Amino acid sequence: MSMNRRQFVRALGAGAALGAAGTLAGCATTGGGGKRVVVIGGGFGGATAAKYIRMWAPDIAVTLVERGQKFVSCPFSNRVLAGSMTIDQLTTPYDGLARNHGVKVVHDEVVAIDPVKHEVRLAGGSTLGYDRLIVAPGMDFMYETIPGLTSASAREQIPHAWKAGPQTVALRRQIESMRDGGVVAVHIPKAPYRCPPGPYERACQIATYLKKAKPRSKILLLDANPDITSKKGLFMAAWKDLYPGMIEYRPNSELHDVDASTRTAKLVFGDVKADVLNVIPPQRAGNIARQAGLITANNRWCGVDYLTWESVAHKDVHVIGDATLSAPGMPKSGHMANQHGKIVADAVVALLTGRPVNDEPMIANTCYSWVSDREVVHVASVHAYDKAKKTMVTVKGAGGLSAKRNMKEAGFASAWAENIWADMLK
Amino acid sequence: MRITSRGACAFAIVALGLAAPIAASAQQDYKARSWAASCAACHGTNGHSTNEIKPLAGKDKIALVKILKEFRAGERKVATVMHQHAKGYSDDQIERIAAYFAAQKK
Repeated sequence: MSMNRRQFVRALGAGAALGAAGTLAGCATTGGGGKRVVVIGGGFGGATAAKYIRMWAPDIAVTLVERGQKFVSCPFSNRVLAGSMTIDQLTTPYDGLARNHGVKVVHDEVVAIDPVKHEVRLAGGSTLGYDRLIVAPGMDFMYETIPGLTSASAREQIPHAWKAGPQTVALRRQIESMRDGGVVAVHIPKAPYRCPPGPYERACQIATYLKKAKPRSKILLLDANPDITSKKGLFMAAWKDLYPGMIEYRPNSELHDVDASTRTAKLVFGDVKADVLNVIPPQRAGNIARQAGLITANNRWCGVDYLTWESVAHKDVHVIGDATLSAPGMPKSGHMANQHGKIVADAVVALLTGRPVNDEPMIANTCYSWVSDREVVHVASVHAYDKAKKTMVTVKGAGGLSAKRNMKEAGFASAWAENIWADMLK
Repeated sequence: MRITSRGACAFAIVALGLAAPIAASAQQDYKARSWAASCAACHGTNGHSTNEIKPLAGKDKIALVKILKEFRAGERKVATVMHQHAKGYSDDQIERIAAYFAAQKK
């Protein structure tokens, strides 16, 4: 520890000297030589940012700190519930980032950020210094709003399955072992939450399995929102045509607690007992962002400058992905985080190499949802920076939905997954 | 590219001393690179798609511009999302994005 600290101070001194020399020589900073970027979190946002910084500025050293040994994709994880995909098929190792791009991947957890000293401390005991830090922790659940989910055993009994991995498998097992004629209840938190259409796609995917294996069963969608928040017409048509009588949608079903032992959802307007209860809790920026004082909006999300994605709370610290306060019309999603990753990569490279930051960033968004095991629907949007409003806004006249569910887009959805996983990790 | 850039820098230091730094890679259209990176989410990094989504790397610029403008005008029969995306981009953006992909190795 003390050794690390000394090394760190030495490195900092060297960095300062380099910086001064760089200023004098002018061109020496063109490639960002000697500059260090640390990225916290290897999801769609963080992994993409790490790769693109190295691709665009090979002289900048990038360290990615990620707890997990492998990346598991949330997009497509509802298909695991249908039995159409396995978790392994959603899993990609991190080694491509090191091998192909020279990103230093450290499997550890950041326990503290010191924005004054410009360093992060890892659970393993070491510290990493940075010139610019990118925080991409995703979201964490606001469990304090659901007292019955305090214990680890309650969280096993009532899985969220909203971070792909063991929780997804746990929910799949519960649905598999349920009796025919049982009730699967899914609770949806108030927006904003990760992946707006995800819960409605989940209903389709659970129904795909139940229709084949347990056709007398029911799905109750208990939505805290007043209406379906995404792709409403397309989802309602799929429920009616493909799973008649199986899916019941209940809006304004705000949850205030659960009883894990009886799998009961305690709603403001009465209790609902289920055979399988899937509660997606309300969310806020990932814990490390909260702990580091990066949350600035509604006690939940991290405010940023939408040109650089620099935190409004701390200088030289950027936040991207689900953890950020979403610009109007911008969903919290993997595709969006991938886009944030590239904009922040370009901005960080610009800032570290002394060229102007792009003042006209653009984002094209495509979001596919599986409504059965072979049919898909999409929503698309284009987002541009508005200089007067200082935020990203949706471009009027662009974007739209699938005319109707179709098999052609199932092929494109699978191709999208393959390409975006490669775009972030290979 | 990097070697060229360093060479130019060394030259600049000799020639200009402490004068304002020159960007050896001023020819690089960074905005276009950033816009094109958005497309890469579906079309692969730098347009290197490996599946049924069309690869864009190394495609002819004029052909790409034509296709994108046809998407935008709703003139292409086969469209699932691209007609919706293309409507969000100006002529200038389409030209520069197309130039970026055209310059990528296949």
